[in-house]
Amino acid sequence: MKKWLTLIPLLGISLLSCEKLLPPTPADNEVLDGPMDGLSPTQLQIFLEGDEAFAEIFSPQTGLGPIFVATSCAGCHVGDGKGHPFTTLTRFGNYTNGQFDHLLHLGGGQLQNRAIPGYTAETLPPEATGISRFTPPAVTGLGLLAAVPDETLLALADPDDVNEDGISGRVNYVHPPSFFIPSVWHHSDAQGRYIGRFGKKAAAVDLLHQTVNAYKQDMGITSDFDLQDPINYAVTSHPTDPVADPELPAATVQSVVFYLRTLKAPAPRDQHDPEVVQGRQLFMDIQCGKCHIPTMKTGISDIEALSEIEFHPYTDLLLHDMGAALDDGYTEGSAGSAEWRTPPLWGLGLSANAQGGSIFLLHDGRARSIEEAVLLHGGEAEKSRNAFQQLSVQERNAIIQFLESL
Amino acid sequence: MKPISILLFWTILIQYLGAQTPDSLGANKDAVYQRPFIFEGQKGNLTAAVGGYLEANTNYFSTDGVSEGFSMEMRRFNIFLYSTLKERIKFIAELEFEHGTEEIALETAMLDFELAPALAFRAGIVLVPLGYFNQNHDSPKWEFIDRPLVSTTLIPATYSDVGFGLHGTIPLNSLSFTYETYLLNGLQDGILANTSNRTFLPAGKNEERFGEDNNGSPSLAARIAMKKRGLGEVGFSCFGGYYNTFKKDGLRVDEKRKVFVFAFDYNFSFGKAKMLGEAALVKTEVPSAIGQAFGQTQWGIHADVIYPIWSGGLFGWENVKLNAAFRFEAIDYNVGIFDETGGNIGDHLLAIVPGFSLRFSPNTLLKVNYRYRWDTDLLGNPAVKTAGFQFGMASYF
Repeated sequence: MKKWLTLIPLLGISLLSCEKLLPPTPADNEVLDGPMDGLSPTQLQIFLEGDEAFAEIFSPQTGLGPIFVATSCAGCHVGDGKGHPFTTLTRFGNYTNGQFDHLLHLGGGQLQNRAIPGYTAETLPPEATGISRFTPPAVTGLGLLAAVPDETLLALADPDDVNEDGISGRVNYVHPPSFFIPSVWHHSDAQGRYIGRFGKKAAAVDLLHQTVNAYKQDMGITSDFDLQDPINYAVTSHPTDPVADPELPAATVQSVVFYLRTLKAPAPRDQHDPEVVQGRQLFMDIQCGKCHIPTMKTGISDIEALSEIEFHPYTDLLLHDMGAALDDGYTEGSAGSAEWRTPPLWGLGLSANAQGGSIFLLHDGRARSIEEAVLLHGGEAEKSRNAFQQLSVQERNAIIQFLESL
Repeated sequence: MKPISILLFWTILIQYLGAQTPDSLGANKDAVYQRPFIFEGQKGNLTAAVGGYLEANTNYFSTDGVSEGFSMEMRRFNIFLYSTLKERIKFIAELEFEHGTEEIALETAMLDFELAPALAFRAGIVLVPLGYFNQNHDSPKWEFIDRPLVSTTLIPATYSDVGFGLHGTIPLNSLSFTYETYLLNGLQDGILANTSNRTFLPAGKNEERFGEDNNGSPSLAARIAMKKRGLGEVGFSCFGGYYNTFKKDGLRVDEKRKVFVFAFDYNFSFGKAKMLGEAALVKTEVPSAIGQAFGQTQWGIHADVIYPIWSGGLFGWENVKLNAAFRFEAIDYNVGIFDETGGNIGDHLLAIVPGFSLRFSPNTLLKVNYRYRWDTDLLGNPAVKTAGFQFGMASYF
């Protein structure tokens, strides 16, 4: 008995060392997910509800499809990071009489290339001549980007290149959906169009617009905001899956929007590393920072943690002509087919952790390294690209180190 | 007819009926009492028993540094009912309460009718002979708290189904060969239509399978095994059939799609050490339209080693045994490469489980497990690491 009693303190010591046998918590700047600082307990509760809804995997019994691209939000934005070619979206249409036609009567503008059992997935119709593939973006820090007032974007825009620097960013005016409620700082043009800022072409005016579209177009999930499933017109014009519409209540959609608004911004790493410091300076010197603007500031927000915050996304949220090589002949809103919204660069260094250990950059994932992505820049970015090519190998590596530190 | 004649008629009729055996001509209103177990019980011939087992445990797990804390879990409370009406007619049923009353299921209710040791009929809700664990899953038999993942996420243990079939044992010197084969309603559409975002056989265990087949095409399961006295047993098993609802009301509404499971299991003793495990290969016909998240090929293994490191008296108990145990598990839920990139599809896991068990009797034990698991997602991103400690007890009663 005594022998066994001596085991008790040993057991206690073992239990105290248990924590060392558990997986460590990754550093805050090594992961993209997590709430931003400064949220109240109630806000954290809504954040968690949104997090759960974001991760929900849909099945035919819960409304998936009948045609779809992915089965959950998190399936495309793994760990809230960039997506993989497996979940790349295909959008299509054609130019008719100078106007872009999204071929809605043929299932455009987005292809649903998957279908629940018993149904037929879409294929590209022969009429589609403008076809573009969109790799899902990271979703972190979106709340900060959403809270930048339109007047900031208008101030950054230089559509006629008045300053003659060769860079002429402009906003994309789009017709908002019926459920869009503008805030005091939203700007509209004479045609009642509002400034888009989300998506590769900046075609979504706010995160609710983006989220409702993603539920419908990516997963075939209807909601109180949009009651119609996507349709494979090659089979029938009658939308159907086994679940009554709406498949998702407005409250769930709104909780996902809140989640997206309050995800933390990616935290940079190694900011005092000399090579990173050098790379940052070179990045600005060769004018990359003209479009990938380092710092922005939010306006007044209903979420205090988002209100009047200075942050560092490395984007101007404007459209820029990126040259013929990146012109897919496809567009949305008032954007030209060669125009793309400047993607934020924050979180770039963590992309591989969400893209299966590799990286797939630019709008369609064609660039397999940061250097390749830089070299594929054209149009308004041509001068910067040429300047990058003129740098020494060490200097180019410094820029890449800097970009990986974001 | 005169009253005396009527009285005589009824007297004779009542005498006649009274001479009949109750089960042949009993009054309909007494039918509920006209059952063999009552007669046999009254005669003292009835062999019936009630038993079961209970397992409960604690959990403390952490995933990449995030823990939900410490919690207790009442895993299962199972009740067995067994009876032999005649020497070669056996009945057994198992009613399972999982996590309290969260899940209540009639796991087994089957009748064995033996013509000879080499030939017996079995019918009812049977435990499908697929691998070793599915038919041998009672917690008091195992040194580990969690069930093997290959046995629960590829082979969908506990998988019971309505079936009819044959089984038997054929002895040959120190060897014995056993076989089982059943026709079953089979797994159903949930294999693909599920919220796991993968081909997942456990989701095909629709409760409706106990009522009718979803496609009118039975599945077949079979296992053959060879056992050597004093050494152990190896078994090969397979299961296959159409799983999707390809016709409704006589109309063809989908293509026919099959699922096959092949399993190998072993259970040996080498000296003091006991080694057991199973491997499974799943082949599923998947419509290409649903996408590559749903794999056509899956495989998995688990291998357990149990070694007694001490035995003796403890707290007044005789012959208590302390065992060291180790489990290795590996599963690939989706073997293949992405069409888009040519890279390997992920969706696989590895796990190790070292532990100890303290058997106070062959039927009652305490268990302590440490578990470390690496889950790699579909895209092959860095594995999510989960580890934790479990303490549990399990006992037959």
